[in-house]
Amino acid sequence: MKTMKRRTFLKGTVASGVIVAAAGAGLLRPTEVLASSYPKGAFGVKGLESTLKNLFGTSSHTKSSKIKFVNPTIQAENSKVVPVTVSVGMKTDSIAILVVKNPGAMAASVDLSGAAKGYFRTKLKMGKTSDVYAVVKSGGRLYSNKIKIKVTVGGCGG
Amino acid sequence: MARAIIIKTRRNKSRAGETEILALVNHPMETGRRKNKKTKKKIPAHYITKLNIELNGKLVASCNLGAAVSKRPLVGISVAGAKSGDKVKVSWRDNKNESGSLTGAVA
Repeated sequence: MKTMKRRTFLKGTVASGVIVAAAGAGLLRPTEVLASSYPKGAFGVKGLESTLKNLFGTSSHTKSSKIKFVNPTIQAENSKVVPVTVSVGMKTDSIAILVVKNPGAMAASVDLSGAAKGYFRTKLKMGKTSDVYAVVKSGGRLYSNKIKIKVTVGGCGG
Repeated sequence: MARAIIIKTRRNKSRAGETEILALVNHPMETGRRKNKKTKKKIPAHYITKLNIELNGKLVASCNLGAAVSKRPLVGISVAGAKSGDKVKVSWRDNKNESGSLTGAVA
């Protein structure tokens, strides 16, 4: 009776050992497991609607004043380095920045998790004067806001 | 070629109580549309596609970048409850499958 018990006990430990090993293998590269895949189809597409469709699967979005551009650039002095900072006053899953009149509207997006809050800052290249959209995914719905950034090709600002 | 990464953290001025994590990678971010003026040949596209930021080993932001992001790209996010000394890891990969990573700490 005692030996039987020990056998079942050993079986149990071996089985759980396998699970631990599998989890360990997964944990060795956590970024690759957790990170969402690169939305290749969303880049290089013209226009706001079709880009959103390729990125989020839907293009219906509501304008929200909770999405703010921090220190917005109105006149870009250097069209190759246009700083854009988006700050969102609600729970945020992801933020996408789109430059409507660029050859591909999609500029960058970020998927946030854990301690990260609704904030994204980057620097963009812009071909010409265009509306710049910040589209936020929150609770399965899309919200947006936009600013117009002027670009003077080869000229001085103003 | 190793490309330098700079990690900076500071109090987020526009969001109270949060810490801004900034990552900068020394990368050309070539769009593939530019031409070499001498040879008139197109310079092939070379840009970062994925940039991940981890805080204390947990993924907090996974950025998808395109060619429209500027040269020497800067990415900034904001996290709540980060303490001085917390580990920040930035890792990137580009369209030519080059990659790099750097670990820093919250200032």
